[in-house]
Amino acid sequence: MASITLENLTKSYGETEVLHHVDGHIEDGEFIVVVGPSGCGKSTLLRMIAGLETITSGVVRIGERVVNNLEPAQRDIAMVFQNYALYPHMSVRENMAYGLKIRRLPKSEIDRRVREAAEILEIGDYLDRKPRQLSGGQRQRVAMGRAIVRDPQVFLFDEPLSNLDAKLRVQMRLEIRKLQRRLGVTSIFVTHDQVEAMTLGDRLMVLNAGYVEQFGTPIELYSRPASLFVAGFIGSPAMNFLPAQAEGGRLRLEGGATLACDTASRGPVTLGIRPEHLVADPDGPIVLRVDVLEQLGANTLVHGTLAGTRTELTASLDGVRQIATGDEIAFTAAGEALHIFDRDSGKRLEG
Amino acid sequence: MVENRRWLDILTHAVLILGIAIVALPIWITFVAASHDALRMTQTPLPLLPGGHFWRNFIDTLLGSGLSGTEIAPVWRMLLNSLVMALMIATGKIAISIISAFAIVYFRFPFRMGFFWMIFITLMLPVEVRILPTFEVVADLGMLNSYWGLTVPLIASATATFMFRQVFLTIPDEMLESARVDGAGPLRFFWDILVPLSRTNIAALFVILFIYGWNQYLWPLLITTDTSMTTIVISIKQMLEAAEQTPEWNIIMMTALLAMLPPIIVVITMQRLFVKGLTETEK
Repeated sequence: MASITLENLTKSYGETEVLHHVDGHIEDGEFIVVVGPSGCGKSTLLRMIAGLETITSGVVRIGERVVNNLEPAQRDIAMVFQNYALYPHMSVRENMAYGLKIRRLPKSEIDRRVREAAEILEIGDYLDRKPRQLSGGQRQRVAMGRAIVRDPQVFLFDEPLSNLDAKLRVQMRLEIRKLQRRLGVTSIFVTHDQVEAMTLGDRLMVLNAGYVEQFGTPIELYSRPASLFVAGFIGSPAMNFLPAQAEGGRLRLEGGATLACDTASRGPVTLGIRPEHLVADPDGPIVLRVDVLEQLGANTLVHGTLAGTRTELTASLDGVRQIATGDEIAFTAAGEALHIFDRDSGKRLEG
Repeated sequence: MVENRRWLDILTHAVLILGIAIVALPIWITFVAASHDALRMTQTPLPLLPGGHFWRNFIDTLLGSGLSGTEIAPVWRMLLNSLVMALMIATGKIAISIISAFAIVYFRFPFRMGFFWMIFITLMLPVEVRILPTFEVVADLGMLNSYWGLTVPLIASATATFMFRQVFLTIPDEMLESARVDGAGPLRFFWDILVPLSRTNIAALFVILFIYGWNQYLWPLLITTDTSMTTIVISIKQMLEAAEQTPEWNIIMMTALLAMLPPIIVVITMQRLFVKGLTETEK
């Protein structure tokens, strides 16, 4: 078990820098999810920690050891790949034992570890099958088993659930979480799926275009997003963004309506409100002109525009509602549900 | 095209049978000729049905000196020479090209693509083109009338290198990364992962190269002067030219039959792997 420290980590391909000055400290036994849209550099970051990509500048520390120039095998890590990367010509047992065989562990020890991992993952029945004879979920388990038998300091997961169907994904997600708790191994999990990120991670690192946007617990990210990007990325349905003028103590919306707000700033800002925080109130300042309803059973998503403007607005109402297109509904929102961002930089303004 | 008409079935079968008959006729005639005695083969009309001397001819050809009154080595010796040559060419070509492809695909060294194209360009330089200089080199190395002389100049192979390169490119990068995380060095990766994964391709290539080696004519003709080193393909030709004699067709045809046998055995035994190796794309 070990902590991981990233110091000023940078990756460039030739002239193009794809990862900019990433810092972070991961506690021993913590489950970290690195999340971001495709192409944001999250897999690159993971592969740099794994040792599959060279480090352009900065330091990666596992435990007390600087691992920058160590081969992947010497870093005491295990990795689960997106397409599992099982060796197709080896049986499940051989797949799991291969790394141990290279490390020249005694045969009895290898057998013991494989048996234990097989028991944990319930794959004992098909130890002698080839990967191609297994279903997606079973392959996923074997890939995890291969990581477990190595008894590493760190687990690295590179979007391991993205090849599974929706139902299996939810199930495996839970299993990975339980397994990680049980084994207590420091883990880094890369995904582009925010639900996966929110449910799995002790803490989330949100990456965008090679920059760390925010690094914190799921609830911190949800309730106090540090930037427009995080605000839009975390939470489903996505947060509404309304252009507004801050006038010290209140916000003036496009239509002229004003909202009380304890902000000290003045000038053009972007106001963020989550759909689930809009409260229907006949006297409310935010008026939504309804376009489309999405009936989800437990709640109803109302999509439309801010009345009198073309700014899109979504609200989430409890239960089943019947609302006609073109109707207008007024909403209000509590002060702590308002997120105010700088119009130009997209950074959160205090308040 | 899936059609279910009776007359069409009959027609297609007729066409196929006719085709087989045309292709098989020369082989049938060879077989018939190999089963008569020498005298019958000089008379007209030529027989179209097998005679009773097949096993006799078989023993005479394989173990005796073959053609009477010549210095040609016994046919088993020529079969052995051909077999050794074909095996050395096939395994040598596979070994060298799989290693070069491994270097070109998995290592980043200066002028990597330059080396690749240099190998590729040798496609334009088959033995026939460089025959004089190659002969000179082999003669200077004292490799005339030896298995090395027969095979070494034919072993370098751009086609096989290219084929293995394509095979390796289809193997996902994760396989290499996974092996690196498992702690496998380049050689372990090569033996434990790459070679087993290209097993079917190796088999397919082996079939093609074995037949290529077996059928070599020009190069062995130049390099072997000692009759104990001649290959079977050459000796058939030499039998036809046996000085001032009527060709002993029964013996010659038996030799031809024997010469056909090893390639057939190789193709039949490796047929399944061969087809897989040429068609299978999933790794």
